[in-house]
Amino acid sequence: MPREKLNLDQPIETLAILDAEGSVDKELEPSLSNELLLDLYRAMVLGRRFDERLLALQRQGRIGTFPPTSGQEAAHLGAVAALREEDWMVPSFRETAAEIWRGRSLESVIMANNGFNEAATVDPAGPTLPNSVPVGSQMLHAVGIGWAARYRREETVVLTFFGDGATSEGDFHEAMNFAAVFQTPVVFVCQNNHWAISLPRSRQTRSKTIAQKALAYGMPGIQVDGNDILAVYSAVKEAVARARSGQGPTLVECVTYRMTMHTTADDPRRYRSDEDVEGWKAKDPLARFEVYLQKKKLLTKKNIETTNEEVLARIQKAVENAEAQMKSMGDPLDMFDHAYAEIPPHLAEQREELAAEIAAAGKEGGDG
Amino acid sequence: MAKMTMVQALNLALRQEMGKDDRVVLLGEDVGVDGGVFRVTDGLIEQFGEERVLDTPLGESGIAGMAIGMAVYGLHPVCEMQFSGFSYQAFHQIENHAARMRWRTQGRLSVPMVLRAPYGGGVRALEHHSESREAYYAHTPGLKMVIPSGPRNARALLVSAIRDPDPVIFFEPKAVYRAYREEVPEEEETLPLGKSTIVREGHDLTMITYGAMVRPVLTAAEDLHQKGGVEAEVIDLLTVSPLDDTLFTASARKTGRVMVVHEAPRSFGPGAEVVARLVEKAFYYLEAPIARVTGYDVVMPLFSREKHYLPHAKRVAAVARRLLREG
Repeated sequence: MPREKLNLDQPIETLAILDAEGSVDKELEPSLSNELLLDLYRAMVLGRRFDERLLALQRQGRIGTFPPTSGQEAAHLGAVAALREEDWMVPSFRETAAEIWRGRSLESVIMANNGFNEAATVDPAGPTLPNSVPVGSQMLHAVGIGWAARYRREETVVLTFFGDGATSEGDFHEAMNFAAVFQTPVVFVCQNNHWAISLPRSRQTRSKTIAQKALAYGMPGIQVDGNDILAVYSAVKEAVARARSGQGPTLVECVTYRMTMHTTADDPRRYRSDEDVEGWKAKDPLARFEVYLQKKKLLTKKNIETTNEEVLARIQKAVENAEAQMKSMGDPLDMFDHAYAEIPPHLAEQREELAAEIAAAGKEGGDG
Repeated sequence: MAKMTMVQALNLALRQEMGKDDRVVLLGEDVGVDGGVFRVTDGLIEQFGEERVLDTPLGESGIAGMAIGMAVYGLHPVCEMQFSGFSYQAFHQIENHAARMRWRTQGRLSVPMVLRAPYGGGVRALEHHSESREAYYAHTPGLKMVIPSGPRNARALLVSAIRDPDPVIFFEPKAVYRAYREEVPEEEETLPLGKSTIVREGHDLTMITYGAMVRPVLTAAEDLHQKGGVEAEVIDLLTVSPLDDTLFTASARKTGRVMVVHEAPRSFGPGAEVVARLVEKAFYYLEAPIARVTGYDVVMPLFSREKHYLPHAKRVAAVARRLLREG
């Protein structure tokens, strides 16, 4: 029995199509309609400008803590753009632009980040799960949804997002393993943004890439430039087609960067250098896509300005709408709603208790 | 009516529900080819195929998390934790997601899943195979925590749990699995979740219990009757949470003397909630302090000592006699 190298016969590919300067690899360039390219551009601008506005609102005390997404727009928008409407998206919590792409209103994002659980759900009622805060835990739900879709003989594909930090969680392993064993139609999209709060990617795994982890589970894996929306789209499109045709799950690692903080409660200067951040500014996903579209004559300086103005106006309107709506929201008794399909007696009693307290406070003219 | 063990009765519930409703699928470790380590799912893979009885890789979080996804998609998955002592590896899925999905989505999505797990001591098992940790689940808003005590109610409660629109944690007393047989009707039978039942009527003393402890408590009640003419009322909770306090508070008002019996550790155990409800709703009727006969607040000992750990009929009867002398 000799000692030999085992040929696992599964390469891990990397993919980059649009470089930081906006030059495209013509051979790899996906054929997207002009309409889709411009929709994606507008969605990226919206994602970026909305993120900036949310940060301002948070600093002004008008919303609570939230996780910013700036710098990662290509990674999550490129991924969901490859889905059909009826496909499922199972998000983590740093995919705001993708949620909006799939129909979530800006108002809902604002209200949820301002502590109103009636807005924590997604709207409209589409095949999207709400944000999942416990890191990595949502990946298993994607596996179950994918399994159920196959059981129902439906062509549905499920795409789930997670970060580099999530790959350290046990649920990453269980989800990848279950998905591969049952060959469920799931696309695992890792937004490797290099930081899990204060810890760099190197503190999450010794692996050279996250994509190569796919090898151990017996599924294809690919590492893409996550700031290159064309590469993300192409890789995910391929993975979606594979899933839809019954060939099981794929891991797509999008290498990107969290340009700002983990959440607004965090100060990244405590753990990373300005130079690191500056280096990534030069790789901005939005700037390079803008150059690409200009080169394709789909965009002019004037269009860019107009798009930004339109987006800012939409955001302003959403902020006004949300703030107006929030004035009449927040009946405390609503906390008892939707605990169960039917309210059990002990909860009905507790609800009465709070209702009585509120009524008594009202009579005293206090604020409860 | 056929006489069945609890294992057979649970199998009947699963078989009939799977036959009626293709949304019902089973998943867990060794539930397929092996029929489950206790044989609760015996023969189901032969009848319904691998597509509806999934032998999963080892991974409790995987099983629970996958079931959540299936339920969100509209199925009614019944997953098995091979022993409740391994369910903690799925706890974050249950607490963070199964219990909250309805609330989080304002009722748009729900998780109609059942998580079955054998619990409790008395079968000379290994470490981590004998605990009674129902309080973890009973303490979690959004869940229902159900524990049957015999073959017939196990079957009826499992059917209700499978049909319930919310996640149900269904603990099966493994000490009762094959302990005795009971008539179980072939035709459909359900029991409502969240309702307790009186299993022995009496007016001298109220004994509140559930699961595997129902039998030793009934034995103790019989002993009290034979050796002193005492008539103890025995209440089987059947559902630990949401807790039905109507029968036991009414009984306490009648008898004035109450004891709670469970094998879970005493402190912060389900008995503590029962006692709190009694204090809130029947305090002025009590003639003696409420007694608790429970497992001790220690790690469940290995089986050479489990007979001393678990409440047994003699201990229950002794505490009952003390309770009858007090006040």
